[in-house]
Amino acid sequence: MPANSFNGFTELGVGIGLRVPHYQHILSEKPVVDWFEIISENYMIDGGRPLHVLDQILERYRVVQHGVSMYFGSAEPANREHLKRLKALVRRTQTPWLTDHLCWGSVDGRYTHDLLPMPYTFEAARHTAQKIREVRDFVEVPIAVENVSSYAEFHVSEMTEWEFLTEVVELADCGILLDVNNIYVSSKNHNFNPLDYVNSVPAERVAQIHIAGHSKFEKYILDTHDHPVIDPVWKLYARAIERAGPTATLLEWDDNIPSFEEVHNEALKANRFIAEMAVAS
Amino acid sequence: MNLLELQHRMFEAVLQPLTAGDEMQPRSRDGRSMQEVAAEFIKPNDRLSSFERLEIYNRQYWFRVLGALDEDFPGLRAIIGQRRFEAMCKAYLVDRPSQSFTLRNLGARLESWLLSHPEWTQPRTALALDMVRLEWAEIEAFDGVAEPVLTPHDALASDPDPQFRLQPYLQLLRLHYPVDDLLVAIRQDGSGSSMASNAVSERHRQTRVRKVARQKPQSVFLAVHRVDHSVYFKRLGPEAFKFLNALREGNSLSGAAGRAFQGSSVSESKLLSTLQNWFENWSTLGWFCEPKPAKQN
Repeated sequence: MPANSFNGFTELGVGIGLRVPHYQHILSEKPVVDWFEIISENYMIDGGRPLHVLDQILERYRVVQHGVSMYFGSAEPANREHLKRLKALVRRTQTPWLTDHLCWGSVDGRYTHDLLPMPYTFEAARHTAQKIREVRDFVEVPIAVENVSSYAEFHVSEMTEWEFLTEVVELADCGILLDVNNIYVSSKNHNFNPLDYVNSVPAERVAQIHIAGHSKFEKYILDTHDHPVIDPVWKLYARAIERAGPTATLLEWDDNIPSFEEVHNEALKANRFIAEMAVAS
Repeated sequence: MNLLELQHRMFEAVLQPLTAGDEMQPRSRDGRSMQEVAAEFIKPNDRLSSFERLEIYNRQYWFRVLGALDEDFPGLRAIIGQRRFEAMCKAYLVDRPSQSFTLRNLGARLESWLLSHPEWTQPRTALALDMVRLEWAEIEAFDGVAEPVLTPHDALASDPDPQFRLQPYLQLLRLHYPVDDLLVAIRQDGSGSSMASNAVSERHRQTRVRKVARQKPQSVFLAVHRVDHSVYFKRLGPEAFKFLNALREGNSLSGAAGRAFQGSSVSESKLLSTLQNWFENWSTLGWFCEPKPAKQN
């Protein structure tokens, strides 16, 4: 897997998200897994079972932290309590890099607990990049930002989403967690060609890739992480690794979670595309 | 419209409660048409209007936060009923939107809010408040900090009248109803569904819950603690409860004992053996922890 400064010069392989229904299986069966991704906020607590399980996982596996509420794009400053707890967890897990979303979700210290889409403006890009730099300086690990699925676009936007992503990561000098499922979902919701997105992002900054399933509704697609990865998303994945190299890859499955084996086998399909890419090159 | 203005507008729209049919309100809080409000900052596409696109986020917000409270407070839901519980949660979240980065803390202010809004819990206000306190205590006990355990022997070795520190995760509750039994019954019921339900298939289980719910008021002194990372309830006698609270307030062993047994029916000859039994039991459960190191100047 290509190591770069945005993923701490690591080569991790194909991992899955660490989820509660799989705790017992992982601890008792000790399956071979390249790495686990944890939702940081689930472990930014003082004690108890979640941290006990995490410590056992850390004894055997590599863990990368993924956040859902840093809200780099929120106009307000980062929450200090959040940052302190995040840094404590970073020290505990020794995560080689840290990811969170290119979105906003809080106003005046009040939280939506959602990943709300950014207006693609230069003002928002500058503000977001500054906040990413501040967080990175505080937690002292590389940061990669993830493109989110979105269901709305704003009149004030001055560029495409992929142009905005590029603007932010160049200004912040940070990495990208490229979620190819989110690209697919947004492409359907906003009528753009998802390959244009994948072909446009600065490939050298891709630190990690997310794959996942989603749910189709009559007029839009919702990013639900409750299905296997569909073929068009695998095609985007193939193109992404063709451009960025065989990057650390993570399958997200967060609802209607099947057995550990089913989730892991779905993730390991990524190896087929990585092998095909290696042969082709 | 700059970033701050846009986020304020969208935030206010997203947090506005849904209609009874789980749709976005047709009017904003200031009476404007939401069609107009949404169209001012959100583009429509060939399938969805600006209103409909904003509504996706509005619905996601409420489904997420209501789901979180539903998961955290099944006991309160059973006491006041499913529909009233949902309406109460909406009113609570309008008054007290989340101020934490984690949904874990969503119910942190529910007890204090309910104290000033008894209309949601009448006529079972005391029972409902007890349940909220218990359910929040469970959350705190589940992931509260655990300090290195200290045995009484260790503490007494350095000081004949030591201060015993209690584990931060240990929650001490004085309750007016046996809501610990009620919550266990609701959990055994499996669904935590409303006691107002009359579904035939659920009747035998609902009967058990109703029976507990009908219990008369009763003083319960409860420790909510954890063993091997699982949360348990342990009932205490009034003296033991006073003693533990006195220790938590920083009293020495003798000071706490003095407060615990003041006006107590426990005979003087049994004081020492009572204290020994408590310490033996509570030490086994790991309730005592090392004192905080003195601050260095």
